[in-house]
Amino acid sequence: MTVSGVAGARPGALAVAPERRAAKRKAQWRRRRMVLLMMSPWIVGFTVFFGYPLIANAYLSFTHYDLLSSPRWIGTRNYDFMFSGDKQIWPAVKNTLWFIAIAVPLQVIFAFGVAQIVARARSGVGFFRTVFYLPTLAPPVAATLAFVFLFNPATGPVNTILSKIGIEGPLWFQSPSWSKPSLTLLALWGVGNAMIIFLAAILDVPKHLHESAELDGAGWFNRMRYVTLPSISPVILFSVVIGVIQGLQYFDQAYVASTVAAPGAAGNAADSSINLGYPEGSTLMYPVLLYQQGFRYFNMGYAAAMSIMLLLVSLVVTLLIVRNSNRWVHAAGGVK
Amino acid sequence: MRRSALAIAALLPALAVGACGGGGSGGNSSSKAPPKYDGKPVTITLWHGFTSREAGILNGVVKDFERTHPTIKVKTVGGVTDDKIVAALRGGNPPDVAQSFSTDNTGAFCGSGGWIDLKPYMDRDKVAVAQFPKAVQTYTTFDGKRCALPMMADVYGLYYNKDMFKKAGIASPPKTFSELTADAKKLTVKNGDGSIKVAGFDPTFGFYESVHAHYAPLFNAQWQDTSGKSTLATDPWMKLLRWQKDLVDWYGYGKLTKFNAGAGEEFSASNAFEKGKLAMNMDGEFRTAFIADEAPHLNYGVAPMPVDDSQPELYGGGYVTGNIIGIPKTAKNKAAAWELMKYLATDPHALATLTNGLKNVPTTATGLKSPEIKADGNFQPFLDIFENEHTQTNPPTAIGSANQELFQNFLAKWQAGKVPDSQLASGLKGVDQQIDAQIQNATAGQAP
Repeated sequence: MTVSGVAGARPGALAVAPERRAAKRKAQWRRRRMVLLMMSPWIVGFTVFFGYPLIANAYLSFTHYDLLSSPRWIGTRNYDFMFSGDKQIWPAVKNTLWFIAIAVPLQVIFAFGVAQIVARARSGVGFFRTVFYLPTLAPPVAATLAFVFLFNPATGPVNTILSKIGIEGPLWFQSPSWSKPSLTLLALWGVGNAMIIFLAAILDVPKHLHESAELDGAGWFNRMRYVTLPSISPVILFSVVIGVIQGLQYFDQAYVASTVAAPGAAGNAADSSINLGYPEGSTLMYPVLLYQQGFRYFNMGYAAAMSIMLLLVSLVVTLLIVRNSNRWVHAAGGVK
Repeated sequence: MRRSALAIAALLPALAVGACGGGGSGGNSSSKAPPKYDGKPVTITLWHGFTSREAGILNGVVKDFERTHPTIKVKTVGGVTDDKIVAALRGGNPPDVAQSFSTDNTGAFCGSGGWIDLKPYMDRDKVAVAQFPKAVQTYTTFDGKRCALPMMADVYGLYYNKDMFKKAGIASPPKTFSELTADAKKLTVKNGDGSIKVAGFDPTFGFYESVHAHYAPLFNAQWQDTSGKSTLATDPWMKLLRWQKDLVDWYGYGKLTKFNAGAGEEFSASNAFEKGKLAMNMDGEFRTAFIADEAPHLNYGVAPMPVDDSQPELYGGGYVTGNIIGIPKTAKNKAAAWELMKYLATDPHALATLTNGLKNVPTTATGLKSPEIKADGNFQPFLDIFENEHTQTNPPTAIGSANQELFQNFLAKWQAGKVPDSQLASGLKGVDQQIDAQIQNATAGQAP
């Protein structure tokens, strides 16, 4: 006799299964509700402080909006102006790219170098770690003010010391050729965060790898090349990505340096905007121009378009770096 | 999915409009007489930009107002910038009266309707516009709409160090730019290494008050023609720029930049003129108060700024700008706010008190003649410059100060020697085009 599965099922099983399913669904819904409840502060925060502003910003980028009148829809004209009419935007893009191309790699190399030295120190590790980390605790505005003072070509101690050894110091923040290198020095001074991360990564490299390499006859350079760098490559990737994103958003230091270094302008807050980018537009970074357009010129619609472009560029650049990283980043346990 | 996308698309404009806070559709100018203050006790708020000593002087005047208007209490908030005023206008929670140091934003406040049209109030209370000098009228109106009143003016003249003049054998302050150049060279003292110890006159655009706009009346250089087109590529501006570049080159741009870096902050006791590092300096009347406070023993004099050699008739005039006050569109107590505004802008006693305390210039004809004003020999020239027919200001624009900043970007390159003389006219034409395009777009509600 052939007994079908259904016919052979225990009596009452057909009636129980839907109940179980219903109970299971109920339990699942309760779990989901709990998850949603637990996540609700984040969801509210994300929606209010990120999602909504992002959507509003995207909308405003297609409007003429002077902050005081209602936004007026103008289609893609802000974007047209950005690519074909704005004479300030390309110098600002160039300044930002310069900073990303020069300052970011230098920051990564410098942070790695300092971490390497601190990791090899036999005594006073804690002291040096603190000393190199301390600058990151200084607020960017205060640090920039201090640097402009230190590098003042007429009265600053840096040029005074240089002159004592027969070197005529440059004009630093007052020179269009030296203003970005001066900002780079400021950026290098504040690499404490990256240095700490590099230090942790270097100390985390398994000792046996170094010992094996040493047994194989590898010198310092080869151990660095074939052991240390591959082992810390995820940290290098992290530093590069963060550095590039921060470079794209570089604002505080450029704003403060240009307004403070400009001749006699420090006390005149009402006119500070006229010095943005000083000297000769060399510190007019993309975010500074964005601020100028939005809050000084009341072109908030255009500033919104600029910020959308900044978001897109940040996304694309980050994606490119991450995608290319599989050629040189070694994930834990990986063979590359 | 499609439905939710459509819903989001439909929500976008609403969301974004919501994001704009209190953004309105522009001011409505009405000829109907606005309601008068009904005399009921009320507390109004005044936002102003003054701080410390200057804020104390303004607060004293506000107390005087409260004595004469016992039912109106005024809460003052100092140190307020235009950014904060704009944010409050957007947020729908502005003060009843707002004061701004910058006349550059008159266009934004008026054009957007952020500040109300004052004409109905002025007509009702017979507050005559004619009592304000022409230049002051210019910077308090935009596009024919008066949404601001002046509250004290800043006038610019030439400060000179009398001891240095005597030492250099110069009998009187220069009256033309050729004389200024010659005197500046005589008065300049250099260090052993060739760097500048004392500058006769610092012509750097951007140094202290040495700003393009402040020189414009001295060459009769105009910002716009009658149709509102930018006119930087014109002879008066080019004459000014060439004079300036010649003097910069005489010093050496690098040396001048180094001197500027060590010149000390403008609004501090280390100001270069107060410290004797500058023999002559263009500055506002407010400097007399700073000198009295910070360098009381400085032996100095004040005269009108020199003028273009070929236009000697301009001598005696100068640049004027000032503070503006207005009533935000969403102010809660407009009627009482108007009473305070009227008092601060036109009451002779209030103006005299502010003049004596702030050392600013009163902005009405009656205020200028007030017997209460204590004008010493160094302050009187500013009152004279203010009344001079050749005194000018820069007109408000729909793009705020963007036109000035675009011009300054060009000037930074010009004074650094990055723009050859042969390209001066074409370079200025390029700036004109950029300004015109931005004004056109802003006026039409288009991209910048």
